[in-house]
Amino acid sequence: MAIKIERLNYIYSEGTAFRKQALKDINLEIPDGQFIGMIGHTGSGKSTLIQHLNGLIRATSGTIYYNGENIYGEGYSMKELRSRVGLVFQYPEHQLFEIDVFHDVCFGPKNLGLCQEEIEERAREALDQVGLDSSYYRKSPFELSGGQKRRVAIAGILAMHPQVLILDEPTAGLDPRGRDEILDQVAKLHREQNITVILVSHSMEDVANYVERIIVMNKGQVFLDDTPSRVFAHYKELEGVGLAAPQVTYVTQTLKSQGWDIDTSVTTIEEAKQAILRAMS
Amino acid sequence: MMKDITLGQYYPADSVIHKLDPRVKLVGTMVFIVSLFAFRSISCYILATAVLVVIIKISRVPFQFIVRGLKAIFILMMITVAFNLFLTPGTPVFRIWKLTITAEGVETAAFMAIRLVYLIIGSSVMTLTTTPNDLTDGMEKGLGFLKRVHVPVHEISMIMSIALRFIPILMEETDKIQKAQMARGADFESGNLIQKAKNLIPLLVPLFVSAFRRANDLAMAMEARGYHGGEGRTKMRPLEYKNRDKCAYLLMAVYLLAGGLVNYFVRF
Repeated sequence: MAIKIERLNYIYSEGTAFRKQALKDINLEIPDGQFIGMIGHTGSGKSTLIQHLNGLIRATSGTIYYNGENIYGEGYSMKELRSRVGLVFQYPEHQLFEIDVFHDVCFGPKNLGLCQEEIEERAREALDQVGLDSSYYRKSPFELSGGQKRRVAIAGILAMHPQVLILDEPTAGLDPRGRDEILDQVAKLHREQNITVILVSHSMEDVANYVERIIVMNKGQVFLDDTPSRVFAHYKELEGVGLAAPQVTYVTQTLKSQGWDIDTSVTTIEEAKQAILRAMS
Repeated sequence: MMKDITLGQYYPADSVIHKLDPRVKLVGTMVFIVSLFAFRSISCYILATAVLVVIIKISRVPFQFIVRGLKAIFILMMITVAFNLFLTPGTPVFRIWKLTITAEGVETAAFMAIRLVYLIIGSSVMTLTTTPNDLTDGMEKGLGFLKRVHVPVHEISMIMSIALRFIPILMEETDKIQKAQMARGADFESGNLIQKAKNLIPLLVPLFVSAFRRANDLAMAMEARGYHGGEGRTKMRPLEYKNRDKCAYLLMAVYLLAGGLVNYFVRF
């Protein structure tokens, strides 16, 4: 049991006119090695929730256990937690500051107090994982393209060797190719290193192809928490909270309503193709 | 850490004071401050207190928000009171070592303290009930006559409103970058002064980059919408005096008159 969240509440600006309850009674269990998609409309509380997971925001009430230990407990090291739970913020390229790509990726491991060889080893490895070779090492982060900058920023987190990797909208503002590259690399990391990945997004299409579990947030509460196919079966309710199921769900549901005998639990285009072919034969 | 700093301390509420024209509030605050320094008797201050209490009541701003501004001037007030207490010549009433407290000193010190407190409360009421944008709008229109002597009134107020608008944005940005660097293990709290300053580099470099990017974007967006300075520019919501604003001016005049009469005729 890697992460366990119990009765978590978070209230902004308590005691002023701007008081707002951002999270309401969240209970979640996130086992090791899962690939999770977290989906919700803007302002649904998903970004706030993930910042609790590495202790950047302290809950108003409730507890979070990481590997069985209460992270709000006496003497619990937040620095340690942050090296275990890596959080890649939205538009992470805005946090780059060093003179070159390599130094920027070194920033995380350096803060962990590792020795110089280990730091450089980790930086090389992380840059390799995001597909940037040594020709980029000495470039200024500011002369790279948007997608490359983002990969440098993700490498900066990977170099800390997190057990849990949380990505907040990692594909926002990227072109389709950049989006697929980043998501494929994340999926590869999950496969090869068996780390837990939480992918925050508002695009169902993005997550449907990769994740094994979807958590839908709405107005600060967990609205749905299930496998993709079972979450998408609630596509009418999803529309009610300002989201939409992937296109293939609509195609198969429409076919079914017109009398076809078709499997509506498909989530990717490939599966949908197979289902339609089966239904036609 | 960031949320404790409040700049542009507007307190939203539905009251007549909130709805008043910003020019009225600016002039009103000025009148009130001038009256505080012109008054020389206790009865006058009773009048000022009554007026202030009524205005606060009408504004529906909780009293604790208003007094919060007082903390900042506490030390200044203490120094002023001390100087007035010990350095006013007159009939001595009390003597410690070489310092003499005079009856006149006590009186001046008390008046000075009351003046400072009321000054802060009065201007807090204005900033709490007026959005920063309204305030700069009011200044632009109210100081419009300075254009004739070639003071770039419009430009100054545009700079002010953009600066005010950017404060919350940059605070949010700072918070975000700070968190992002903390997620990478950065430490902004421990270490000596030099270490702390060095630790700020990962925060300041991205913040400057982002401030320049935003400024660039804003300039582009303004030009794309045809902005070319204040010449011939119209307002979406032009400031116009309504009946309540005229009433407010009338009440100000009544207050000044009453204060003047009390100051002149009532002898205590």
